[in-house]
Amino acid sequence: MALKMADFKTDVHNDWCPGCGDFGIVNAIQMALAEMGVERDKTAIFSGIGCSGKTSHYINTYGVHTLHGRVLTFAQGAKIANPEMTIVAVGGDGDGLGIGAGHFVAAGRRNVNMTYIIFDNGVYGLTKGQASPTLKLGEQTKSLPSPNTNYNVNPIGLAVASGFTFVARGYSYDVRHLKDLIIQAVNHKGLSFLDVLQPCPTYNDLNTRDWYAGTDLMDEAQKRHSRIYKLEEHGYDPEVHYNEEAEVNERLAQALIKSLEWGNKIPIGVFYKNEIITPYTTRLKDKIPNYLENPPAKQNISKNGISNTNISHILDSLEV
Amino acid sequence: MISTDFTWLIGGPQGSGVESGANIFSRVCAEMGYHVFGKREFYSNIKGEHSYFAVRISDQKIHSNVNDVKLMASFDAETIFRHYDEVVSGGGIIYDADLDDITTDRVHTLDAPFRERLHKTLESRKKPFSIAGVLEIAKENGVKLYPVSFKAILEALAEETENSRLKGLVRMFNVIGVSLSLGLVKMPPDSLQKTIGTIFSKKQEIAKINQQTANYSYNYATAKFEEFPHTLSGSQKEPGTLLVQGFQGTALGKMACGCRMQPYYPITPASDESVFLESNEILEITDDRPGSTAVIQTEDEICAMGMTIGSALTGTRSATCTSGPGFALMTEMLGWAGINEVPVVITNYQRSGPSTGLPTRHGQDDLLFSVFAGHGDFPKIVYASGDVEESFYDTGNVFNYADVFQVPVIHLMDKFIASSVVTCPRFDPSKITINRGKLLEKIEGEYERFAFTEDGISPRSRLGLDNGIFWDTGDESDEKGHITEDPVLRVKMMDKRMSRLDLILKEIPEEEKAVSFGVEDYTVITWGSSKGPILDAIEMLKKDGISIGLVQIKLLHPFPGDYVTSLLKDAKTIIDVEANHSAQLGKLFKQNTQRNIDYSILKYTGRAMTSTEIYDSLKKIVENKAEKREVLMHGA
Repeated sequence: MALKMADFKTDVHNDWCPGCGDFGIVNAIQMALAEMGVERDKTAIFSGIGCSGKTSHYINTYGVHTLHGRVLTFAQGAKIANPEMTIVAVGGDGDGLGIGAGHFVAAGRRNVNMTYIIFDNGVYGLTKGQASPTLKLGEQTKSLPSPNTNYNVNPIGLAVASGFTFVARGYSYDVRHLKDLIIQAVNHKGLSFLDVLQPCPTYNDLNTRDWYAGTDLMDEAQKRHSRIYKLEEHGYDPEVHYNEEAEVNERLAQALIKSLEWGNKIPIGVFYKNEIITPYTTRLKDKIPNYLENPPAKQNISKNGISNTNISHILDSLEV
Repeated sequence: MISTDFTWLIGGPQGSGVESGANIFSRVCAEMGYHVFGKREFYSNIKGEHSYFAVRISDQKIHSNVNDVKLMASFDAETIFRHYDEVVSGGGIIYDADLDDITTDRVHTLDAPFRERLHKTLESRKKPFSIAGVLEIAKENGVKLYPVSFKAILEALAEETENSRLKGLVRMFNVIGVSLSLGLVKMPPDSLQKTIGTIFSKKQEIAKINQQTANYSYNYATAKFEEFPHTLSGSQKEPGTLLVQGFQGTALGKMACGCRMQPYYPITPASDESVFLESNEILEITDDRPGSTAVIQTEDEICAMGMTIGSALTGTRSATCTSGPGFALMTEMLGWAGINEVPVVITNYQRSGPSTGLPTRHGQDDLLFSVFAGHGDFPKIVYASGDVEESFYDTGNVFNYADVFQVPVIHLMDKFIASSVVTCPRFDPSKITINRGKLLEKIEGEYERFAFTEDGISPRSRLGLDNGIFWDTGDESDEKGHITEDPVLRVKMMDKRMSRLDLILKEIPEEEKAVSFGVEDYTVITWGSSKGPILDAIEMLKKDGISIGLVQIKLLHPFPGDYVTSLLKDAKTIIDVEANHSAQLGKLFKQNTQRNIDYSILKYTGRAMTSTEIYDSLKKIVENKAEKREVLMHGA
């Protein structure tokens, strides 16, 4: 029987602040999982630490709430051991691009077949609103004693440069569009990254829902000018179509340039997609031919409680 | 029959083939039926710094090195400067005669503190600061000198074989050194030819050149060298003898016991184990399709540990292998594995700390750190193996502990074991039992990962198992695994997890907790690789009519205080022997047995203990001439 969105909800009380952008992301994930028809016990949500870390408890699949900055390490280990699993890792921008930035870059190089979603709000919410890596230099959100002294990380640009093979941005108040992006990301063959703009109503008084909606840009006729626009509606083609250096470089450069757009016009949608680069599982298969049929988690390691691994040829070579 | 106890030392700049020379020598001796105990010392450097290999051989079982070198083969000046005084009276030094005039200031890799000490010695003996100077001292010490021009050997060989390429082939110096040595001790030459053939079996051309060089050098020694008092003609070979490198014990143990995932980050002296596992990543499985170990090189040790835990959550037996600095980075995750009851194994090949310390040198520095690693209270096991043979079987055991008790296990190894090359009986994989504990194959009905049970251990699901959904969190959690801050549930969960420490002490068999090699009035306690030199020292003391006991403690956390106390009830004087500064085992022992250590013998030069120096200290203790804290210093 096909599962509905409700089947992916748990009865755990959700303690995010009223109006939090995170609600839209969890809803979008649950909608996407239902629409894709994944099996609950073949799916795992891995999360980091912070408000977004609680996500795994709200979704009725396997849920692994890990450590600050380390979500990708746990998630990749699980996926490599059991490649049958559908794995979605989630975390905040402080989690993934501050303390976890090293893992972010290394994960891109590895290109393990899974999805990573960053809840990007520019602040460390759970510790009362300090500046996070995506907050712009000189900006001062409401609990900062003084303006931010660090330059911001560009999540899309960093992902593209690190080797992620699917790089997109969503907006937490456009749940349907986000749901579609999540489905594309999960179906992508390789490591997919989704940067989700997610207003923190409690601590980020700059990048608010109204700001994204462009209420400050209304013209005299009271017409809204949402800052957010969709790449796919403007003829943007993110995909690497053939395996040539010039083609790849052009798409990479295009994504990088697009990622710099900010201010009155903020693009969402898919920035970059490359399925020509092999995912990590394929790279392992090149070394271990039956890796996918007999991955670590499926292997039979004993017979009647005794080791069934035959190491005699190695011992023979060591024998004198 | 006169028993053989012979130490051969070869040295040279790193990258010059010291290791492969020692490999040939060790293999020849092992082939000829000798017990072999070899140890490699090297700098944190790729090329140029001094490295050496001391190979001890005997017709008796041996567990360590001794101070006395009987024969040294050197093809560079530095080896002579650093080791001339280790060669005993009646021993010999084979050296390159072209080096005679080299002065200490021409060897740039002689570091200042060493050079200063050497100059002092040379000054007091009124010798020049040169190879000729130190060799004069050696000669006065009763050492026989065997000068030979390595270059002239190559030239003559080139002429004889009509292969002019050989003339300048300095990388043959190691084979020349080995073959001259074997010729000098009259080791049957066939074994040398056979061994070179085996080592280079995949490179026929290289094998041939090496065999020619070996043959020529061997004959040179027998024809031209003056008589040497020691001969090695072979011993009774025991069938099924392995010549293994120290790190291969845990690696083969992991293959045999079903470890199928090993993420790691490169670090000396641990990486060799992972590289060996990856070189053998495809595994033959009896009556089944091939298996494999996924060995993943990660971006840091934090990722290595995270991947190991992630993999373990899928039910895969998973481990990582590291050394002290890497283990330090893993400790936050160790707590996560603890609170989430995840079975993982961390193999820690310790080296000398603190910080980067002596990165390529030995130390048993991480005992207390391992026992107390991680913030907060959570159960874990710390277990230490005493040698490579033990480490194979112990690896099987530690994975069982991890699975049965659902705790992280820190398996302590060290650099001494990692870089030793020893003969030992062939490993028997049929002795590796596999107990996955409460890991579930199938789940029907309601499931709670952290359900309360009589023994405090919950049935364990795994990612991907039908009907087995659970949640993990580093926060305190309820039975399903969801976050809780309820004080009552917190206490129940904490008590459940921590009750495992008692269960571990109850369930692990006594012989796996600690091993008694006899208890006497004077009894040594130790852990890890110090066991070998202590055992050999005890044998030496026996010949003097002195009996010393030994208890090797293997389970270090939770500490088997009652069992160790009962083992030691007849011991009057307790001597703690270990390779660190603060007598870490001694502290743990006192804490858990309320008994004091009477003496400690410690070494933290970064070099492994020799049985000779332990013998000396133990003898002083028995004769009541020892310091309470004996510090050992031998070794270059």
